[in-house]
Amino acid sequence: MSEIKAKGYLSPLSEEAKTSKWAYIKEWLCSTDAKRIGVLYLAFATFMGIFGGVLSILIRIELAQHGTVLFEDPSTYNALPGLHATAMIFFFIIPAFTGVANFVVPIQIGAPDMAFPRLNLAAFWILPPAALTTFFGFFLNSLPEFGWTAYPPLSNNVYSNMIGADFWVLGLVLVGVSSTMAAINFLATIFNMRCKGMKMFQLPLFTWSLVVTSFLILAATPVLTSALLMLTFERMFPGAFHFFNPAGGGDPILYQHLFWFYSHPAVYIMILPGFGLISSVIQTFSRKHIFGYALMAWSMMAIAVLGFLVWAHHMYTTGIALEVRVGFMFLTMLIAVPTGIKIFSWLATMWGGSIKFDTPMLFALGFIAMFTIGGLSGVVLASVSVDIQLHDTYYVVAHIHYVLVAGSMMTIFAGVYYWYPKITGKMYNRFWGKVHFWITAIFLNVTFFLQHWMGVKGMPRRYYDYDPQFEWANAIASYGSYVLFIGQLIFVANLIWSWKNGEDAKANHWYGDGIHLEWFIPSPPDHHNFHEPPEWKPIVRHHEHPDQPAGLWHSYKD
Amino acid sequence: MAAKEASIMEGPGAGEENLGVTNGKIGMWTFLVMDAMTFAGILAGYARIRWGSPADAPWPDPLDAFGVVGIQLTAFNTFVLICSSVFMVHVLAEQMRGNMEAAQKWLMATIFGGMIFLGIQAFEWTHLIIDKFGLVVLAGCNENFPATFYLLTGFHGLHVAVGVIYNTFLLVMMRRGKVTEEHTSTTEIAGLYWHFVDLVWILVFTFVYLIPVHPPGS
Repeated sequence: MSEIKAKGYLSPLSEEAKTSKWAYIKEWLCSTDAKRIGVLYLAFATFMGIFGGVLSILIRIELAQHGTVLFEDPSTYNALPGLHATAMIFFFIIPAFTGVANFVVPIQIGAPDMAFPRLNLAAFWILPPAALTTFFGFFLNSLPEFGWTAYPPLSNNVYSNMIGADFWVLGLVLVGVSSTMAAINFLATIFNMRCKGMKMFQLPLFTWSLVVTSFLILAATPVLTSALLMLTFERMFPGAFHFFNPAGGGDPILYQHLFWFYSHPAVYIMILPGFGLISSVIQTFSRKHIFGYALMAWSMMAIAVLGFLVWAHHMYTTGIALEVRVGFMFLTMLIAVPTGIKIFSWLATMWGGSIKFDTPMLFALGFIAMFTIGGLSGVVLASVSVDIQLHDTYYVVAHIHYVLVAGSMMTIFAGVYYWYPKITGKMYNRFWGKVHFWITAIFLNVTFFLQHWMGVKGMPRRYYDYDPQFEWANAIASYGSYVLFIGQLIFVANLIWSWKNGEDAKANHWYGDGIHLEWFIPSPPDHHNFHEPPEWKPIVRHHEHPDQPAGLWHSYKD
Repeated sequence: MAAKEASIMEGPGAGEENLGVTNGKIGMWTFLVMDAMTFAGILAGYARIRWGSPADAPWPDPLDAFGVVGIQLTAFNTFVLICSSVFMVHVLAEQMRGNMEAAQKWLMATIFGGMIFLGIQAFEWTHLIIDKFGLVVLAGCNENFPATFYLLTGFHGLHVAVGVIYNTFLLVMMRRGKVTEEHTSTTEIAGLYWHFVDLVWILVFTFVYLIPVHPPGS
């Protein structure tokens, strides 16, 4: 057995692990080092992302042509959209951000590790069993067919009398526990473990976004848990519990209120870390400080607060009072203001900058362009009268995919490419990185853009079959999705191949332009990140300040 | 390397810039935000179901459903839990004075209070299941009255049980000398949880037992 040669935090800790591969792997799986846990999260998220992608391909194969294509039994198809959403939201996007943040946040604030390392490891290890529980119906051939929203009465024991649904609900509760544990850990870390000089308004915006996201997770996730608890009781003991059953004096709309009280903030849980991450990427590759730093931080808080006040815009067609709907419409449209502040601040950051088009920057630019489309279609959906027409059509599907694929997923790619040299100490293959970007950017639009049109013309979402007039558009969307999926396999292959064969990365790999603390330690970082506690030289953001006239680039060490 | 390993097990401490409290305390406070929102979700559900009851399945008046003696018993239970919370304050006070013997006695009283609460609740549940709630349903009232009752008080009772275990663990650590007069933060964090459980009970008690369907004078 040859000796394991790895640098920094990748190197084996114990003598035994230096020569034995199994001891080395065991050391990884039981490590409380936030960096290693971050990599575990990312590996898990990659696996679940491919799983969710396969489910979406099955959906697209079925929809490629009018009539039956792949599934003889429509009920098999009915399970897929919900499971695809569950896999992508709870097991891909959220863990992927948690993974990146686990690696980056402690270093960015100058801390040796997270505040509760063992809690961190526990939070990760809840996830694989949670995934197994959520999708256990695959082994029992009893999949829940009520979408990812699980509205009663469809999801109660009369209409969804399958055991797989109970496993699904239990799995979601476990995911909630895991992400809450991670959120508590991030807040304690960021509030209490900053190095000297790292005041709250010196924090990198990615770290700021984790503060806001963690509060969102803490306040929103338990409400979903409470709704799922009630649903479980109603499913398990239908004779005694009737929370959502009108026949027993309950209220089915109550579930929707509780569900969306979580699930609307959840979309900000899935995009705010991306916002923070993009701010880092754009500032590095434009060689300019982020424009309007304080406002960027405050606008994230504004989005978080408003995010709690808009949940009923998912429920315009449930018969709630018109006055209430108009109020929610107003608040929903208000979110476009802080989001607009962010978009324009990114543009202003690039303005006059020295822009370099590396893969992370390409993804950042693609994100800004296409997330804006998703944002605008969101404003369309926010208006009550239009939404009544578009509710539960493919317009909503197009909107959510522009926000989550062009939004969250592209920011995850930007972040992974951006920090890949730091995480692995190797450089990814630039050519295939760019190929991955162009395939993603082009075929994302091929897949999803026509779905706006289908929705406006009235094609409902989640259905097994559709009117023949939509056949050509669905065929285009399906072929687009196949190429999009293959493009993601290029990404995974590139990262794995480069980890072994890539050239060595420098400490401050991106032209020496990284200004946050992670770029001032070796790539990959050592165990405990810093050999001596770092001291952050505060960035002076007043442009007229004599020490830093407009445009001067901050350097941590000079 | 061994020294570094040890520091991993204990977890890193506060950084140069901090909020002036221990990491653990921020952890407990943020956990309580989460827990409070869980109760908020269930309480909001309770409120919606109760005040949205259809006319043919009205919400029974708590005074009729539990009976005067039932409400008085639970009021006594509330008193026990509040006392237990006060005892927890004494634990911390004695610990800060360095009087660990007295602190352990107060902690035993705290745990005892929690156990009394759970005992009375178990008695009450048995009584309601066997004698009372069947009548509520038979009278044509909203069947969610018992359902929400069990969910809310059960979820809270679970918190009390966890608190009793938590405090017992703290007591054992004090007895073994692992928690000494220097570790006031450990006691304070346990106290935060225990006071929270007490505070939530005030809300649950008010909602479920006290707010009448027909206010006096109406």
